[in-house]
Amino acid sequence: MVFETKNKISPNINDYNIDSIRDDFPALSLECNGYPLSFLDSGASAQKPSKVLERMDHAYRNEYANVHRGAYTLSQQATDNYENARKTVADFMNAKSSDEIIFTRNVTSAINLVAHSYGRNFLKAGDEVVISHMEHHANIVPWQLLRDAVGIELKIAPIDDAGNFLLDDFEKILGPKTKLVAITHVSNVLGTIVPIKKIVQLAKTVDAKVLIDGCQGIVHEGVDVQSLDADFYAFTGHKLYGPSGIGVLWGKLDLLNAMPPYEGGGDMIEIVTFEKSTFRDAPARFEAGTPPIIEAVGLAAAIDYITSIGVNNIATHENHMLEYATSCLAEIDGLRIIGNADKKIGIISFELDDIHPHDISTIIDSKGVAVRAGHHCAQPLMERYGVPATTRASFGMYTSEGDIDQLADALKYAKGIFG
Amino acid sequence: MEDDLRELYQEVILDHGKNPRNFARPQNANYEANGNNPLCGDKLTIFVKLGADNIIEDAGFDGRGCAISIASASMMTDIVKGRSIEQVDILFGIFHRMCTGEDISEVPSEFEDDIDKLMVMSGVKQFPMRVKCATLGWHAMQAAVRGDEIASSE
Ligand SMILES: Cc1ncc(COP(=O)(O)O)c(C=O)c1O
Repeated sequence: MVFETKNKISPNINDYNIDSIRDDFPALSLECNGYPLSFLDSGASAQKPSKVLERMDHAYRNEYANVHRGAYTLSQQATDNYENARKTVADFMNAKSSDEIIFTRNVTSAINLVAHSYGRNFLKAGDEVVISHMEHHANIVPWQLLRDAVGIELKIAPIDDAGNFLLDDFEKILGPKTKLVAITHVSNVLGTIVPIKKIVQLAKTVDAKVLIDGCQGIVHEGVDVQSLDADFYAFTGHKLYGPSGIGVLWGKLDLLNAMPPYEGGGDMIEIVTFEKSTFRDAPARFEAGTPPIIEAVGLAAAIDYITSIGVNNIATHENHMLEYATSCLAEIDGLRIIGNADKKIGIISFELDDIHPHDISTIIDSKGVAVRAGHHCAQPLMERYGVPATTRASFGMYTSEGDIDQLADALKYAKGIFG
Repeated sequence: MEDDLRELYQEVILDHGKNPRNFARPQNANYEANGNNPLCGDKLTIFVKLGADNIIEDAGFDGRGCAISIASASMMTDIVKGRSIEQVDILFGIFHRMCTGEDISEVPSEFEDDIDKLMVMSGVKQFPMRVKCATLGWHAMQAAVRGDEIASSE
């Protein structure tokens, strides 16, 4: 499922010039320990194109003031920038209205917002929340806190050994008590693309609300929230080539306006007296305090950049890299890929002989290769595969065959050290 | 960098990593503690047989971890045998300074042999991200003899 960005003539994949794209990212010309940097940790956080850095720098230098406050020109301009960024995000996700876009600190705070504001007010003891076995801790722990606070039950939708989401089993878990389904769009460890559209359809049959953790998914597939028809979709800016410090919660407007505030403070109120306060509608209701002003501008610049290249083209390129890397790594003796779902994105978790991922990561770092080693904030999933940790290479729009060759060579070197 | 790497992953460490010594619970162990590194999910359990006079009569460990954490725990369990809790504290202090590249020129003579053996681990000072791996077992050892249950490398 690759979503079309609406009303835009998509650039052609034949125009996908990996060299010029790489030139757009200053960090990619870094050297690391005497080697060109092979940055294969975009799944944790992506590098930033110059367009984003320059846009933010320009805004700080020329367009900066607090938003929604001053009646002077500079504040008006900052406010316009911030609200235009909201519009850019809304268009990118094909949201009905910018009011459905709430800026948060990251996806973690977006999910916590829903768990608090929706969870504590609309869910009660005995209600069931369904998550999957491959969730990031950010989509596990908020629901456990909710469980401890109001007594909901947490149900886990299983996956098979390859890492495929099991729709049949999911369907069996659903029932009259299911009130919310909170599932990732794409696994940050296995790369699995989860059939979120079918999940939404099934959840509707029991009238459950659906939250999608779109952190990895939006980067590689985009999203059309109207056609998906979930209730909440959340993502984080820094994985989408934007700055850290900003995340997005999209929600259906009626639902958002029925939810009480999560945090209280400035900007989210209508009238405050010591007896009582009244609250504004979404999105302001959920944006207490000074928001991530310049981060929003940076995120919008990142989205403009991605759109100029084409989400589908990026996906096609990353798929090529995934195929290339999968075949390169298959040639390395003793390398076992964890996560072979039918549909996946450019994320490869693996084990190499019995060398611990930390050792692998230290050794290949000496050859300029940056990968993630550890449990990837998905300990229950590690348990599922009986490993304490994995090494993970994850790709972005700028990943080249050269990066992958460098990884393969470095892994052979690591094997050599361990004999 | 490659020299630093070779120094870190030298034969002795690789050997201890692959064939850890004392990799079991001693039969008469009376204290134990888990060491967790929440960053990577590594877990070690350290077992100690502590005598009435606070002397460590036996020590062992099990668990999963990287070559550095396993090798370090392996060497540690060899070295602490026969030592008192106080001596282990001092040893760990010196070892910790070694791992972070601080001055260890003034080692009390009674510990010189032990520190000589531990010197193979000193390459970790070039890899600040890995210091916690080298000290995980030691933290758990301290927790075990103090009667705490869980030690964290954090
Ligand atoms: C699937 C998924 N969910 C949630 C997160 C958490 O993102 P953040 O730390 O930006 O809130 C991540 C990233 O680490 C992720 O990959």
